[in-house]
Amino acid sequence: MITRRQKRFYTIMALFAGLALTVSLVLYALSENIDLFYTPSEIINGKNETGIKPSIGQRLRIGGMVVEGSVKRDPDTLLVEFKVTDTGPEVTISYEGILPDLFREGQGIVANGHLIDSNTVEAFEVLAKHDEEYMPPELAEAMKGIKHVKPSENPALQGGQP
Amino acid sequence: MFKWLHPYAKPERAYALANRLYLWLWPLALIGLFTGSLWGLMFAPSDYQQSDSFRIMYIHVPAAIWSMGIYMSMGIAGICALVWQMRSFELSVLAMAPIGAVFTAIALFTGSFWGKPMWGTWWVWDARLTSELILLFLYLGVFALFYSFDDKRAGAKAACILAIIGMINVPIIHYSVEWWNSLHQGASITKFDKPSIAKEMLWPLLINIFSCLLLFIALTCYRFATELLASESHRKWVTKIIQ
Repeated sequence: MITRRQKRFYTIMALFAGLALTVSLVLYALSENIDLFYTPSEIINGKNETGIKPSIGQRLRIGGMVVEGSVKRDPDTLLVEFKVTDTGPEVTISYEGILPDLFREGQGIVANGHLIDSNTVEAFEVLAKHDEEYMPPELAEAMKGIKHVKPSENPALQGGQP
Repeated sequence: MFKWLHPYAKPERAYALANRLYLWLWPLALIGLFTGSLWGLMFAPSDYQQSDSFRIMYIHVPAAIWSMGIYMSMGIAGICALVWQMRSFELSVLAMAPIGAVFTAIALFTGSFWGKPMWGTWWVWDARLTSELILLFLYLGVFALFYSFDDKRAGAKAACILAIIGMINVPIIHYSVEWWNSLHQGASITKFDKPSIAKEMLWPLLINIFSCLLLFIALTCYRFATELLASESHRKWVTKIIQ
């Protein structure tokens, strides 16, 4: 014997389950387009699932870690060139403009730009990504050997020598 | 449990409970928020990368967590309203919707103010940010549906259905940073292993998160009690209270 209350409950649950399934299928189908950025290895080797590589001239976002010692600054203009990586391949990014405060070597960044050849991106926007770890400077120095230096006092970002 | 809950099906008992909870929780929430914010903003150490800008987290994180928490409780209240067909549940959905919308708006705005100095942009169409924006529209939709029918009960039913359907968005918001590449960083405290935030920074955050929960309950009770009075205004127990 099913009461009216139970019937209503099961109807709602069935509706919700059906909708959840639909949404998850849609998101699964769109998952590539929901990713905010390509990683450097996806640009070089293609996406994991499909193996599709971005075409040259395509507008895209790329996200990765700035390679230590790869930041080169033009002394006269705001032009800056650096390499980003995730697990292996490196992609060069050139950018003309002001970098965010958090930009430093070893930092995760997301750049928005055009792919000009298979491993170079000409960016018109560079965003810094920060991780989910928060700690006071002393602890960071003790644990990770990272010393917090204000960007204005950081020699690597001033002179152009890595 | 039903035996214990049963008396509160009567509107006057529910009103008395909501009123009492409101009177107790309201000052507690304010004291907690004051302590947590003062501790977080003045005394917690600054971050190794973001220095003082990370302090916006003491407002942003509680607002963002409860924007999702409120939606879940609103959705569950919506299911109860449709199954038991009780006016009190519908009114509690109506009570929660604008509070949740304000929490979501606070999370979006503080996130924007945090994003500008740290990421370098106010807004980016990232999975986390977009799904949180959708959450705001869901709240506004639930609230608007309540008043978009001439028949109040029909409006409430439609709003409850939207509240239930919108619950799908909540896990999407929470896992968006894991499922897709995003600019937003991953979870710091709501993950299973140890929180990746230093203890002296974590305590004020936890205090603020807890106080925001109390604030939400207090505000909901207040709004719920008011809506209950308005909808039962012709009843004897209401005229008694008003006099």
